[in-house]
Amino acid sequence: MPTNDMTFKIGGEAGQGVESSGIGFAKALARGGLHVFGLQDYMSRIRGGHNFYQIRVGDRPLYSHTDEVHLLLALQSETIERHRGEIVAGGGIICDDGLEVNGEELTGRGIKLFRLPLIRIAEEVGDKIMSNTAALGAAAGVVEYDFERVASVIRDNFAKKGQPVVDANLGVARRACDFAREHYAASFDYRLKSIDAPPRMVINGNHALCLGALLAGCRFVSAYPMTPITPIIEWMSTHAARYGLVVKQAEDEIAAICMAIGANHAGVRALTTTSGGGFCLMVEGLGLAGMTETPLVIVEGQRPGPSTGMPTRTEQGDLLFALHASQGDFPRIVLAPGSVEECFDAGWRAFNLAEKYQCPVIVLIDTFLANSVRTVDRKDLHFEAVEIDRGALLTKEELDRLSDGYARYTITETGISPRALPGHPNAVFVACSDEHTESGHFEDEDPDNRVRMVEKRLRKLEAAVRDMRPPTLFGSPRADTTFIGWGSSYGPVREAVDRLNEEGERVNFLHFTDLWPFAADGIGPRLEPAGRLVAVENNATGQFARFLRAGTGIRVDEMLLRHDGRPLSPEYVLSGFKR
Amino acid sequence: MVELRDYDGPVRPTWCRGCGNYAILNTLKRALVAVGLAPHEVLIATGIGCGSKLPDYVTVNGFTSLHGRPIPIAQGVHLANHGLKVIVVSGDGDTYGEGGNHFINALRRNADITIIVQDNRVYGLTKGQYSPTSPKGFPTKTSPAPAGVIDLPINPIALALALGATFIARSWSGALTHLADTMVAALRHRGSALLDVLQPCVTFNRNYAYDYYRPRVYKVEEESDYDPADREGAWKKAHEWGDHIPLGVIYRVEGLPTYEDQVAALAAGPLVEQGFRAWTEADYRALEAEFL
Repeated sequence: MPTNDMTFKIGGEAGQGVESSGIGFAKALARGGLHVFGLQDYMSRIRGGHNFYQIRVGDRPLYSHTDEVHLLLALQSETIERHRGEIVAGGGIICDDGLEVNGEELTGRGIKLFRLPLIRIAEEVGDKIMSNTAALGAAAGVVEYDFERVASVIRDNFAKKGQPVVDANLGVARRACDFAREHYAASFDYRLKSIDAPPRMVINGNHALCLGALLAGCRFVSAYPMTPITPIIEWMSTHAARYGLVVKQAEDEIAAICMAIGANHAGVRALTTTSGGGFCLMVEGLGLAGMTETPLVIVEGQRPGPSTGMPTRTEQGDLLFALHASQGDFPRIVLAPGSVEECFDAGWRAFNLAEKYQCPVIVLIDTFLANSVRTVDRKDLHFEAVEIDRGALLTKEELDRLSDGYARYTITETGISPRALPGHPNAVFVACSDEHTESGHFEDEDPDNRVRMVEKRLRKLEAAVRDMRPPTLFGSPRADTTFIGWGSSYGPVREAVDRLNEEGERVNFLHFTDLWPFAADGIGPRLEPAGRLVAVENNATGQFARFLRAGTGIRVDEMLLRHDGRPLSPEYVLSGFKR
Repeated sequence: MVELRDYDGPVRPTWCRGCGNYAILNTLKRALVAVGLAPHEVLIATGIGCGSKLPDYVTVNGFTSLHGRPIPIAQGVHLANHGLKVIVVSGDGDTYGEGGNHFINALRRNADITIIVQDNRVYGLTKGQYSPTSPKGFPTKTSPAPAGVIDLPINPIALALALGATFIARSWSGALTHLADTMVAALRHRGSALLDVLQPCVTFNRNYAYDYYRPRVYKVEEESDYDPADREGAWKKAHEWGDHIPLGVIYRVEGLPTYEDQVAALAAGPLVEQGFRAWTEADYRALEAEFL
């Protein structure tokens, strides 16, 4: 009897509470000491269509969803039609007994149909709208999971709506759970059992970034809502009162980035967030931050482009854009975290890097990483390790001691000029978007000055590259095949590599997060012993492979790409490898 | 005690002889002294164009930004440090064209910034194309005669009034005392203040220079019965143009909360001075608990 190793999939129309049920159930499993990975999949509409939430659960850390489904919770028949092929032999489907289902093919494949009066239970005990709660209760029943864990999440989630709503949902879940256990548990092989474990957080990339930014002292967020990063500004807005944040939904992305530049210029750690389309509008601001040497943190959540693309889907298609956006040569830093833990780290490191090198820092995530939840121990997020490094920021005491003026863009060996904040009588200065002198004046257009200033700014990267984290290697140092990935491919590739090694293959995986400035010198030697190099990317052209070749001369042997708007999965990588 | 020379800048303006920007620069320095602000207490954000070079010609905190973007830069600076007096100085192309969306939104939210527009009704630095305030029929390099400009010009005063702006004024570069008085009033206003300055471009817009405006402008302050608190009266004044161009404070309402007044986090003082929070184990536990 397989215990604590399975995948649930909840499917229904937009508006049926698929996502909230999914996250609620994931939390209920996490509270039982289990590890979960939750994948959200939804369409760009408010009602109708078909959405799903997929929860993989296990008793060891999970880094990705997998394609196989063991128990499908179908809130509409379309869920079954779309996803019946993913259900394993011996798996099951929970649905309302009024749903029309073509059961023959399913039973022929050994798939069990668990029909329950979900809607009737919801109507009798609570309200029809609670049929999703009934489905969750039934899921807990059929795998004989500890109902109290589900109940605790229902209590928390509905507390705001008052005790009667809590009680009604509890009643619905309880009745459906009992019904499913009584009628179907004996015929279902899969079981979930609570285990003793410290409490774990269930958190996605967006929220991990929020925590990192908050702990780094980010006090200002200006943004225009855009999928998939809107949850960041929503979270910041709901926490503004508690943590003294200024969160401004700006009139457009241009205003958003310029407000963040203004706030950073005045000395407050400020963040702006967007997706590729909004980043297009922000590009002139990116260059402005580069030219004025203003620290700035931009979170860019990629989704399939160009243009509006597929708003709720995922892709890693903006790498070369982020690396090259804006006219002219100037330093920027690009981080591409691949896990919840790396999102947290990028969330606080970005602010230090921005202030230390007085330049824009782009944190590149994507829909998959932004929305997928995972269980992590708080100690893995290292709250206490967050350090605040404001770089060459002049203190009030240092400014008090300034006697013979202040030049904002003083040329130094490192290229980093001591930075004052506006407001001190000894350091009245101008930040300038035109090419400028050390004192920020711009009208002489002197060619030698231009060369000095361009080189001064670019010099900052020589130091910044030493703050870039090297890629992480998973698997043995020597392998027949080395997978190369960046950002959110981390989870799916890591799981695929583990499975291949278990099957006796010799493979490893080099995972890149800190992409620019690129420590090319260190990369070559790490890849020389490799056998076949396979770039795995969630885009159409292998953007990282091109970037790697440009920086190191190393050409990958193969590219394993996905660009249908869906995330990579371990199975996708495995089947590509075996082809 | 702040003095005029504190604002003297190290660089000589490169503006043409007779440019209306000289009057704006000199008046702004006088007005800042009159309201008792020292250069380090002020930040001037500008866009791109002849007039936006102003921070180079004066000693003051400046941010010469992008075309159209000084308004959001200014709002960001002021939200982060509302102890600074934040002023936008930019042209009609910057403010009403490229940055039109920012203008609209800053005024409707009553952001506590002063916006001084160098309105010369032409693109000067790029040598003579039409601007958002160029008159219909105006011939320029990009709107050749005989048709001239086809677009209707923006009416900044009426637009600002429609947006709920709390201080709307117009002056011109040919009346230094009036310009100074109006600028002082704009700087003293709490909330968004718009001062549209008719600024002759003597090189690329000779049709609408000193000789055009001098016989046509009049000061609303000289009308004994004009009440700038009267919105309907202001609406009528906003539409006067041609032979009678009203100058002065067209509309003003005091005492309304600014955007900044309504941001809870700013009640404890300028954000930049609030410093970094010392995180405690209790804070960490509260953050963790949200995700358990």
